[in-house]
Amino acid sequence: MLVIILRKEFRQILRNPAILRLIFVMPILQLIVLPNAADYEIKNINLYIVDHDHSSLSRRLTENISASNYFILMGYGNDRKQAVDAIEKDAADLILEIPSNFERSLVKEEKAKLLLSVNAINGVKANLGGAYLNTLIKQFNGDIRTEWLVPDRMQRPSSVQTTSSNWFNPDLNYKYFMVPGILVMLLTMVGVNLTAINIVREKEIGTIEQINVSPIKKHHFILGKLIPFWVLGLIVMGLGFIIARVIYQIVPVGSYFTIYGFAAVYLLVILGMGLLISTYSSTQQQAMLVSFFIMMIFVLMSGLYTSVDSMPEWAKWVTRFNPVSYFIEVMRRIVLKGAVFNDVLYEFTVISIYAVVINSWAIISYRKRS
Amino acid sequence: MKQFLNFIKKEFIHIVRDKRTFFILIGMPMVQILIFGFALTNEVKNSKFAVLDLAKDDRSAALIKEVDASKYFDLSVVLHNQAELTEAFRKGKIRIGLVIPAQFSADMERTGGTQVQVIADATDPNVANTLTNYATAIINDFESKINAQRKLPFDIVTETRMLYNPQLKGAYNFVPGVMAMVLLLVCTMMTALTVVREKELGTMEIMLVSPIRPIMIILAKAVPYLILSFFNIISILLLAVFVLDVPIVGDLSLLLAESVLFTLVALSLGLLISSSTASQQSAMFISLIGMFLPTVMLSGFMFPIENMPLPLRTISNIVPAKWFFIIVRSVMIKGVGFKQVWMETLILLGMFIFFMTMAIKKFKVRLS
Repeated sequence: MLVIILRKEFRQILRNPAILRLIFVMPILQLIVLPNAADYEIKNINLYIVDHDHSSLSRRLTENISASNYFILMGYGNDRKQAVDAIEKDAADLILEIPSNFERSLVKEEKAKLLLSVNAINGVKANLGGAYLNTLIKQFNGDIRTEWLVPDRMQRPSSVQTTSSNWFNPDLNYKYFMVPGILVMLLTMVGVNLTAINIVREKEIGTIEQINVSPIKKHHFILGKLIPFWVLGLIVMGLGFIIARVIYQIVPVGSYFTIYGFAAVYLLVILGMGLLISTYSSTQQQAMLVSFFIMMIFVLMSGLYTSVDSMPEWAKWVTRFNPVSYFIEVMRRIVLKGAVFNDVLYEFTVISIYAVVINSWAIISYRKRS
Repeated sequence: MKQFLNFIKKEFIHIVRDKRTFFILIGMPMVQILIFGFALTNEVKNSKFAVLDLAKDDRSAALIKEVDASKYFDLSVVLHNQAELTEAFRKGKIRIGLVIPAQFSADMERTGGTQVQVIADATDPNVANTLTNYATAIINDFESKINAQRKLPFDIVTETRMLYNPQLKGAYNFVPGVMAMVLLLVCTMMTALTVVREKELGTMEIMLVSPIRPIMIILAKAVPYLILSFFNIISILLLAVFVLDVPIVGDLSLLLAESVLFTLVALSLGLLISSSTASQQSAMFISLIGMFLPTVMLSGFMFPIENMPLPLRTISNIVPAKWFFIIVRSVMIKGVGFKQVWMETLILLGMFIFFMTMAIKKFKVRLS
């Protein structure tokens, strides 16, 4: 019986080349393009220096700053208004104001002030940009001190040094991080959407009644809907890994076998979720809106874009029910850190329970009546 | 004209009749703004760290306490050897590891000093970078505290002012972003289904034989959604101001006008998708999977556009959300006037005209 249903479902998918093309082309295209966009690294910070002093010291400071890699000196002058204009137009991120008498007060009073204004709408960028600039100014300050002072008053060299190393991704390559993540996103979206409108479609077109009067069992019907998309999903993922390998040179440190094992169970969760939405909706529009709603929350709260650690407690609690965040975490651990099955056992158990619960719910809630 | 109004009325009934869809359309944007306004932040805080303390003396304990006390780090594991560190990283428990050498205190006194090692989990380079910076800063602070307060001569003090967002709240960046995203996706999706739905259900034939002109059919489908979207815009703004404490610094009417313009872009894009596809499934696929990630990633609110390679920077120009995001940020948070955003406005207007013309052109008067 199941075989016959499967044959029908496969035929239905295959005979619609437009959809089939979308299923494959869209994710692959996005996987090729989008990882290149993901680079949070703060560089090329646009700096405007307003110099009211015009002393040799202020010019030296300006030169020092513009020589660093982080900053682009996009303006230099003594008109504050122009600088503010530049910030309003987003042309500048920081304004450094050097007050008049900067050099004189540093020499005479041994103290001088600088004013730094930061466009803080994007808090992280503001924070880091400000911090970099402060470091540069401190260095500059230290240089001046050494030049102007007799050696015995010099500051002792710092007694604690910090060395840092980056494990698992020493070049801080963003793509290692984004490609597996985006692959998970795409797989999830394709999976939920396809299944979400599948049963509804039959309801809307009216063919569900024919199935309802047939001797097909409930779980056969649901399985028949599930398996074709499950196969498609695994194929899409395989293609994704080929792209990751060919274009981004990402070869998992862990084994493909573990990844596939996890993905197979994960897909069951995702597809089951789609089916569940499907059984509760009466039009394709409804199914689509609900799946979009759930998807958006899953994707944005998955930990791919923003760190789960920094979310408030309740949001962290929500992410514990988010299958996407499990898969992204697992994927990253296997691909980059070389985790073995034992390392991801906890996630695997959670996702398996999830799969059983969701799919049983879908089968129970699907009633053979319209 | 009367025919046109009747058509709008019909479309309205279509929407309102389906209570569930109607509530989703009204409620979803609000829920999303709330969830993301509270939960999304690209700040990094409360990151778990492990410590491998080979010194085990008062001073190293003080340093660990210092790091743990900061809002960026929470101590999660105390390790006993290097091998455990690898294990902890692999299990995903920690973001950074701190290694304090055995001779920590003794070396500190001697010239040459001591070395603390910060090891970051760089699978997420952004977090790794930021955390390393924070940890270094904390350790430096710790050191200067120990080195007593010696007064340094020739001191340059930098006073920093954070413009527009003094508390560095994530919501200031995310509210405009989520607003752009929600409006674009919801509006596009809603209209993307309308025309193609009638094709699928077969009611299109009835409309085509009616005396109303095809242009009017398309426009009539857009109007109810425009009104609905306007309601959504208002509710999003109210939530942003009263619940998320994001102020509207600039001109409210300008902000509303720009939002309506953006909604029109989204609706016309939806209509274009709708008239060029054959099934609701394809329409949905294009409007959701085709647009979701590009909107999230290329609109500039997640990833800075200026960091992207040139081809992507070019592509980002055709993402409507990018322009709207710039407008909302400028008007709502910086409080600038139309003078600063006329170009973005013009681009959105151009997109609207382009999509609408294409949608009408693609709208086939004959069935297959």
